[in-house]
Amino acid sequence: METNNSGRRGFLKGALAASAATMVAAPGESAAQAAAKVPASASGPSSRTVAAETMGSHSAHDDELTGHVHNPGSDFMVDVFKAAKIDYVAVMTASSNRGLQESIVNYGGNKAPEMIVCCHEEAAAGFAHGYAKMAGKPMACMVHANVGLQHASMAIYNAWCDRVPMMVIAGNTADATKRRPGVEWMHTAVDQAVMVRDFVKFDDAPASLQHYAESFMRARSIATTPPMEPVLIVADGELQESPIEDRQALRIPKRVDVSPPEGDARAVAQAAEMLAGAKNPVIVVDRAARSQEGVELLVKLAEALNAPVIDLHARMNFPTTHYLNQSSLRRKYIGAADVILALEVDDLWAVANTVSDTPGRPSKGLVKPDARIVSISANYLYAKSNFGDLQRYQAADLPIAADAQATLPSLIEAIAHATSAARGSVIAARKQPMQAAFAAMRAAARNSAALGWDASPISTARLCQEIWAQIRNEKWALVSQPQFESFWAHRLWDITEYQQFIGHAGGYGIGYGLPAAAGAALACKGTGRIPVNIQPDGDFLMVPSVLWTLAHHEIPLLTIMHNNRAWHQETMHLVRMSSRRERDPESWRHGTLIEAPYVDYALVAKGMGVWAEGPISDPALLGPAIGRALAVVKRGLPALLDVVTQPR
Amino acid sequence: MNFLQKTSSVLLLLIGAAATAAQADEAKQGHELFLKRGCYLCHGTVGQGGIAGPHLVPDTLPVDAFSAYVRTPAREMPPFSEKILSGAELHAIHAYLISLPKSPAADSIKLLPKPGK
Ligand code: HEC
Repeated sequence: METNNSGRRGFLKGALAASAATMVAAPGESAAQAAAKVPASASGPSSRTVAAETMGSHSAHDDELTGHVHNPGSDFMVDVFKAAKIDYVAVMTASSNRGLQESIVNYGGNKAPEMIVCCHEEAAAGFAHGYAKMAGKPMACMVHANVGLQHASMAIYNAWCDRVPMMVIAGNTADATKRRPGVEWMHTAVDQAVMVRDFVKFDDAPASLQHYAESFMRARSIATTPPMEPVLIVADGELQESPIEDRQALRIPKRVDVSPPEGDARAVAQAAEMLAGAKNPVIVVDRAARSQEGVELLVKLAEALNAPVIDLHARMNFPTTHYLNQSSLRRKYIGAADVILALEVDDLWAVANTVSDTPGRPSKGLVKPDARIVSISANYLYAKSNFGDLQRYQAADLPIAADAQATLPSLIEAIAHATSAARGSVIAARKQPMQAAFAAMRAAARNSAALGWDASPISTARLCQEIWAQIRNEKWALVSQPQFESFWAHRLWDITEYQQFIGHAGGYGIGYGLPAAAGAALACKGTGRIPVNIQPDGDFLMVPSVLWTLAHHEIPLLTIMHNNRAWHQETMHLVRMSSRRERDPESWRHGTLIEAPYVDYALVAKGMGVWAEGPISDPALLGPAIGRALAVVKRGLPALLDVVTQPR
Repeated sequence: MNFLQKTSSVLLLLIGAAATAAQADEAKQGHELFLKRGCYLCHGTVGQGGIAGPHLVPDTLPVDAFSAYVRTPAREMPPFSEKILSGAELHAIHAYLISLPKSPAADSIKLLPKPGK
């Protein structure tokens, strides 16, 4: 019979195709590894697909009869990943993505993209967050329909507030008639993306593979255009698992990067005029730099004006060693400023005002009434209403909708143009006082760091300096948030390179620390850069399973616990409440201290396969222990040191 | 030195020792209060200060000014009234802070190199 014949022919050809694939494998190499070598084209089908399709030439009908699918849609989705140059996909394994996961391994050879196996979707999205900031490009995270996306949502929110691109892939089964009863209904939604739509820049649920390719490439370019943000693509289960009808007819649009918006020339000239003529200009930077080039441009800008720079630390913007970095003197300079230049500042209102955490929440202005504000930010080009990341409204005197880094070259040039000889001498005269103020600021920081130097629990200044002593002659990066250690790293370390610091969580969502540090460490792997994560204990407890992922993938990351045995921020809120209400003054510890029992973080880490030591509370023992941990990291493995510390 | 003089100087010594012991006791009680009432949360366990509160050592305010500040802080610090922290307790906290040994000077600490060193 015709059907039988073609079925048999299909089977034989399928076997041939499979053996062809095995033949390219070198001795000791699996077919998947061999497949990984096969270059994928951006627009056409990969050679493997062509081979499978031409040699195997299965009809869908053949496969239906044998129960096989030899050219699933998810293979094409892997081609799309490759065309988009997505190197890693953080995965929490899940049935709604089973087709895609199998294709990543067997069709894609688990290389570019390579799966990073996570134990929680919050870890997967957090990984992608930290990776993008260190690598300067997005990776993907792949999460289960409904339940996985809800787990991931907190980390997506942080990345959104932090203006970080990531590709979120969520499963679903749109066609209700294809869902098995029970769990598959629980794990599908009419509108999967609605759960996170308020904090992704773009989402789509493609209905065909061609639609998938176009939406994915569109999503990637939207994500990486300032303001950069996470995006979501729903990879429908039927689309993943059904055969590709005609691979030759499918086209993957080429990967393109949108050039970031540069400030309007007239507005930039006006800004330059205001700045060059200012008596006390101040530059405030938050997410101003996107690369080392941005750091260097900011130095040029500041030197052109001899203006103090106040770094709000959402990224590495300005070298801590430069005499114009006067971040600790923020109040003094803001109060005296006549022109303030804000570059990619999230909260402009808080630069010029403050609200006191006292009853009635009184607010007051911090700037002179006639101070003028120039604000350059890509945030003017994008807003969503529901979540409060846009902060209280502050009308700048000259708001410029543009990417700050892209605008810096023209701004610097315009300032040179606007600097007459007379203005030039005013600017030059600021240099010496700025140098003196910088020296005094650094000396004050050293003196403050000495206080409590020998205390136990160990002071955060001592913690930072013990680390600094051991990494300062290496290629290093601080991949954690510095505010928990009273900004000692920024006050005392020489932070000069863009990749030496990746900023904060963005959305202040606890649980960012360990996953994001791990993601940044992944981006450092193989580059010789040693990532250092000073890890608060409360944050650690949110997604500790990241340690297993680090061990599993042998990602070197030096984690030093900042273990103050509390959700410390909350202790301060609680003592404020009971003091204000004149109630039990010792009640603040309920629900805020992590005690009875204390968590043995070294034991937790060892249980997940990570080298660990501690707890250490004697400062004299800290240096040698860091040395031992660092040696492990230099061997290419993660290490954790538990250190019992002062609160802040 | 006659007998009377001798006795009185021994007495003075005894009184002095008792006074020091009392001071030490007060400082010890002050230490406990500094922790339990949550002063350390913002000022650090040895009053070294940090991002959440200024250092309270060295140059601790004189006890009257110290107490006045804690009762009616001028800015962000929460107020501690008599009802939740008695005068004697506040005095003990002050005694604790002034009893603390001085921290080493920055210049004597190898791990605090001068900028550029
Ligand atoms: C929630 C944080 C917090 C707590 C708890 C706290 N303080 Fe403060 N304290 C501050 C801050 C912040 C300041 C700086 C001034 C201000 O903003 O009010 C300060 C200032 C002070 C000052 C004035 C220092 C100076 O040199 O001017 C004293 C004295 C003081 N605190 C003592 C205490 C004592 C004693 C306790 C415990 C009973 C305590 N504080 C608890 C945050 C706190």
